[in-house]
Amino acid sequence: MSQYQWDWLVIFENVTDTDEFYYQWLISGLGWTLLIALSAWVIALILGTIIGTARTLPNKFVAGIATAYVELFRNIPLIVQLFMWFFVLPEMVPTNIGNWMKQDMPHPGIITSIIGLGLFTAARVAEQIRTGILALPRGQKNAGLALGLTLAQTYRHVLLPMAFRVVIPPLTSEFMSIFKNSAVAYSITATELFFQMKQITGDYKPANQIEVVTIVGLIYILVAFSANRIMTFIERRVQVPGYISGGK
Amino acid sequence: MSIIRFVNVNKWFKQLHVLKNVSLEIAQGEVVVVCGPSGSGKSTLIRTVNQLEPISDGEIWVIDQNVADHRTDINALRADVGFVFQHFNLYPHLSVLDNITLAPIKVRKQSREAAEQKAVQLLERVGLAHKKDAFPSQLSGGQQQRVAIARGLAMEPKIMLFDEPTSALDPEMIGEVLQVMKDLALSGITMMVVTHEMGFAREVAHRVVFLDHGEVLEQATPAEFFSAPKTDRAKQFLKQILSPMH
Ligand SMILES: Nc1ncnc2c1ncn2[C@@H]1O[C@H](COP(=O)(O)OP(=O)(O)O)[C@@H](O)[C@H]1O
Ligand SMILES: [Mg+2]
Repeated sequence: MSQYQWDWLVIFENVTDTDEFYYQWLISGLGWTLLIALSAWVIALILGTIIGTARTLPNKFVAGIATAYVELFRNIPLIVQLFMWFFVLPEMVPTNIGNWMKQDMPHPGIITSIIGLGLFTAARVAEQIRTGILALPRGQKNAGLALGLTLAQTYRHVLLPMAFRVVIPPLTSEFMSIFKNSAVAYSITATELFFQMKQITGDYKPANQIEVVTIVGLIYILVAFSANRIMTFIERRVQVPGYISGGK
Repeated sequence: MSIIRFVNVNKWFKQLHVLKNVSLEIAQGEVVVVCGPSGSGKSTLIRTVNQLEPISDGEIWVIDQNVADHRTDINALRADVGFVFQHFNLYPHLSVLDNITLAPIKVRKQSREAAEQKAVQLLERVGLAHKKDAFPSQLSGGQQQRVAIARGLAMEPKIMLFDEPTSALDPEMIGEVLQVMKDLALSGITMMVVTHEMGFAREVAHRVVFLDHGEVLEQATPAEFFSAPKTDRAKQFLKQILSPMH
């Protein structure tokens, strides 16, 4: 280690034999990371809310399907899920669709990552939403129904607005996780930040791995920190005046 | 013409027989107080009227519709029946005004302006117009319960149901809520009130119904019931409720 040649400016060097720079690769990777994570988050929030809500419905059949979804997607490792969507699914659908998925679909690695990460995170969001709904005082649902609101209106206007507020802290940690988890997308060829890091430290600059890995690590920290701030901002914005969370 | 009619109503929670063959009629414009020991089934009974609690057996006719019939549009019926809960159950994330206007806008399809105008009138009626922009957690219990009453009235119901509306309140706030309820009783609306406030019963109730172990044991005018209860159970109950130790 005494011989290690520190060079923190390595990312500003030209990529060998091109007029690109390594930092450009990292920026591009960061862009895809943000795109994958944020798009997956939209899917996770919408689907997770639907599934979490479904688990609390009186209809046993609907609640059962939602429970099955959560157990399935929460208990299979994310990387295995991405492999199934990316490598297994195209072989199991009709040939022409499979070929389209493998060849013609734009950015197959990115799109599959977004969907796969979204479906995985939806199961986790669903659990938070369900817990949030169940944490509300029992009388809230009756207070909606008693005034003539339908069950759907009661969820939309009475239960979910409060449930969301209750679960913002755990959702914040899910939101931070989705950026970290998006690194798994490299395994199905998505050219996101971790993919670029692997590429640079592997084939191009093996001599300066420590610097590149450290810089990428710092970028992830910065992203997670920003995600945290955004959620904290939202939490403050929607805070109910005088309401102590957890109280009735 | 009765506006609420229980016909041989039975209700079980699993093995527990909570309402036993209840038959009861409440006429339009009548104010009926339901009392009885804790656990006797008062909450269950009043909640069956708008099907917050489904019944196991029998019929309940409310405004000429059988609520136990699955073909009855229960949401439409509930819109015509106000319910005031022991624990107020205001929507914590909505202002007082929005608490009151939510159902008129979403269920009655009123315009926001019309609903808000009506809400302010109702808030004046319960003495809380100055609190319209406050949130429930910023109000005292008595104020929250008065808002809850205004919220129910905003739907212009034909019937108002109250389940122990003052029993979660500090003693000094009970009076303000009872006053609103007394005013309401004099307005001619049909009221079914579960309460142990015997002063309220004496003053405005037309009839007292005594429930014990899920059975209607007595029905009488307040004067009759308080001065000459017929059953031992009722005598015992009144002794407890009216004793200074209570
Ligand atoms: N959801 C429920 N599940 C099971 N038992 C219940 C439920 N609600 C009430 N009970 C029981 O039914 C009986 C009557 O309860 P309730 O109607 O609340 O009485 P009251 O309002 O007169 O105190 C009690 O024994 C109570 O424990
Ligand atoms: Mg009760």
